[in-house]
Amino acid sequence: MEFLQNLFGFTWPVVWSLAKIVAIVGPLMIAVAYLTYAERKVIGYMQVRIGPNRVGFKGLLQPIADGLKLMMKEIIIPSGSNKFLFVLAPVLTIAPALAAWAVIPFTPELVLANVDAGLLYIMAITSMGVYGVIIAGWASNSKYAFLGSLRSAAQIVSYEIAMGFALVGVLMASQSLNLIDIVKGQAGGVFSWYWLPLFPMFIVYLIAGVAETNRAPFDVAEGESEIVAGFHVEYSGMAFAVFFLAEYANMILIATLVALMFLGGWNPLFDIAPFTWIPAFVWLMLKVGFVLFLFLWFRATFPRYRYDQIMRLGWKVFIPVTLIWLLFVGGMMQTRYGYLFH
Amino acid sequence: MAEIRNYTMNFGPQHPAAHGVLRLVLELDGEVIERADPHIGLLHRATEKLAEHKTFIQSLPYMDRLDYVSMMSNEHAYVMAIEKLMGITVPERAQYIRVLFDELTRILNHLLWLGAHALDIGAMTVFLYAFREREDLMDVYEAVSGARMHAAYYRPGGVYRDLPDTMPQYQASKIHNAAAIRDMNTNRQGSVLDFIEDFARRFPTYVDEYETLLTDNRIWKQRTVGIGVVSPERALALGFSGPMLRGSGIEWDLRRKQPYEVYDRMEFDIPVGVNGDCYDRYLVRMEEMRQSNRIVKQCVDWLRKNPGPVITDNHKVAPPSRVDMKQNMEELIHHFKLFTEGMHVPEGEAYAAVEHPKGEFGIYLVSDGANKPYRLKIRAPGYPHLAALDEMVRGHMIADVVAIIGTQDIVFGEIDR
Repeated sequence: MEFLQNLFGFTWPVVWSLAKIVAIVGPLMIAVAYLTYAERKVIGYMQVRIGPNRVGFKGLLQPIADGLKLMMKEIIIPSGSNKFLFVLAPVLTIAPALAAWAVIPFTPELVLANVDAGLLYIMAITSMGVYGVIIAGWASNSKYAFLGSLRSAAQIVSYEIAMGFALVGVLMASQSLNLIDIVKGQAGGVFSWYWLPLFPMFIVYLIAGVAETNRAPFDVAEGESEIVAGFHVEYSGMAFAVFFLAEYANMILIATLVALMFLGGWNPLFDIAPFTWIPAFVWLMLKVGFVLFLFLWFRATFPRYRYDQIMRLGWKVFIPVTLIWLLFVGGMMQTRYGYLFH
Repeated sequence: MAEIRNYTMNFGPQHPAAHGVLRLVLELDGEVIERADPHIGLLHRATEKLAEHKTFIQSLPYMDRLDYVSMMSNEHAYVMAIEKLMGITVPERAQYIRVLFDELTRILNHLLWLGAHALDIGAMTVFLYAFREREDLMDVYEAVSGARMHAAYYRPGGVYRDLPDTMPQYQASKIHNAAAIRDMNTNRQGSVLDFIEDFARRFPTYVDEYETLLTDNRIWKQRTVGIGVVSPERALALGFSGPMLRGSGIEWDLRRKQPYEVYDRMEFDIPVGVNGDCYDRYLVRMEEMRQSNRIVKQCVDWLRKNPGPVITDNHKVAPPSRVDMKQNMEELIHHFKLFTEGMHVPEGEAYAAVEHPKGEFGIYLVSDGANKPYRLKIRAPGYPHLAALDEMVRGHMIADVVAIIGTQDIVFGEIDR
């Protein structure tokens, strides 16, 4: 380490940060690739078929093959489009999806930036993703893409609020904006995790998370059978792949946040011997995997909401539910039962 | 003030929910449909004109290709029109076989409709479940006719041949080993009738499976209840038939009102809707599948007990057996005449209609006594349904257009013909 430090001299902090970023983004990209594989396998088995099984052992090389194919393909830029924004949009979509990982702790020690306002940072960064979608839809100069981006904009605005309130609940319970402190506040078994005292918030956050990532049954922005592929209908090749990567990176991000804030992060299921032997990181991954499985399960099960029904659900159900529960939690914290909500 | 213009969008012909080649010009106010203008003709193959230049038998396979998801029902209307003009009586066993296959075809059609409708609304799993069952039915088609889809199984005067005594079986391959093949072939050991009976026994549980996924699903109900409502009066005025009409609450079923073949001996109920929306039509079709299954069971029972001829012995219409043909001069001449010149249908006109899975499918036949039809007119049930699309979608949103196209169960093979 010392040797490297001397080698790079004053550029060392930059190099070291870059190395850490690569250490997060690299595995994340692999996780994204294999999430697509898992999705196809899981949904395949739910639909009485077997999913990819031709490329590599049990189809394990399928995501690599898909990636290669997309890289080889030409990126077609529609003639009537705004070229600059058209190319910028995928970048604007993937950048926040990756940047949010900066404050995500993987174990009590392992985190890129242990900032105190981690929760706020997450809120701010994840809201940025929608700009990529809106710009993609507008720059494509396609009516389908435009409808998709309008839907996406309206949807994200409504769900952002409910998500925000759900996070306020977590903030009240943990009395910290630091993600590590939030997880530490949930130390103990499954019943000391925040999903229990904040149950409505947990459900709202989970569902709003599905909506935020444009996943079924809230995938109106790309609604396959209505507006074909929505905002990214004109994208091909790597530009499309970037949208795809961003969607799946966001899914993993939301799943990780759910695991960290409501499912006790790396805390074991029960605080007794066999469970505590499993390392913290594995616990976190197990929980993330569980939430991701829910995402896939939803997709295989539910029909798609109509755009106005999503809005109604967001404004008339989720926001009132979170608001009332916030007041309830706040009120209860002033009574002698307050400890139940911490 | 800025000038506000409506958004005009071209929906199809290349669109995942266009059910083939529907081109729909939508005028949108935001996401709300102001006007929907269906354009047809992209799958026009001139079936009616082609029929005027072919012998009666040669036109029969064209009927399969009209509504290509309910093949045998189309054939049925065509052969019925010819039989009506010629005054042929069809052997009873053939009538039962026709009813059996009409109902299997109805299940086949409704399964595809269910899968496509659910897929349009975003529930993709039902589609694959429905195709699992369709696979069995297509195997039945293949067993009797040699073709999985375009069967050409019905003939004027009966059906092409009797139900075979064996069901084709899977063979071991690179993908399935011998043990897996044994499993897959367990219900294929007996005759085709055994296989159909086994299917009819399994099928109600499958329908339950689909209903578990959809019927009480809140999202499914939000997407279909109150969408595309058609009042009974309008449904009649627009010329609806089949589940579209019954969904609006009018109990009209040709199988009951104008029984053909042996439908008057069958026990079945006719489900009708109440509100005339997509959800009611969904329920009507689901129940129709169960009722069809009932009819299938009755046919299988009868067919087991009553062997007999399956095609008329009038050799001006149906070919003689191979054995007779080799030994008998007259039969040989009949065979030769039938396969070169074809049959002559007496002068006159006839309209024959069947309760096709999509509604009333009719063939209007004018003959001048030649070996070809003078004129053949096809009454496709999907055509009036599609014509009502504008009325049904007005004021709904884009996502509902997809649901309404799905509920109409349109197939362009028959609309564009």
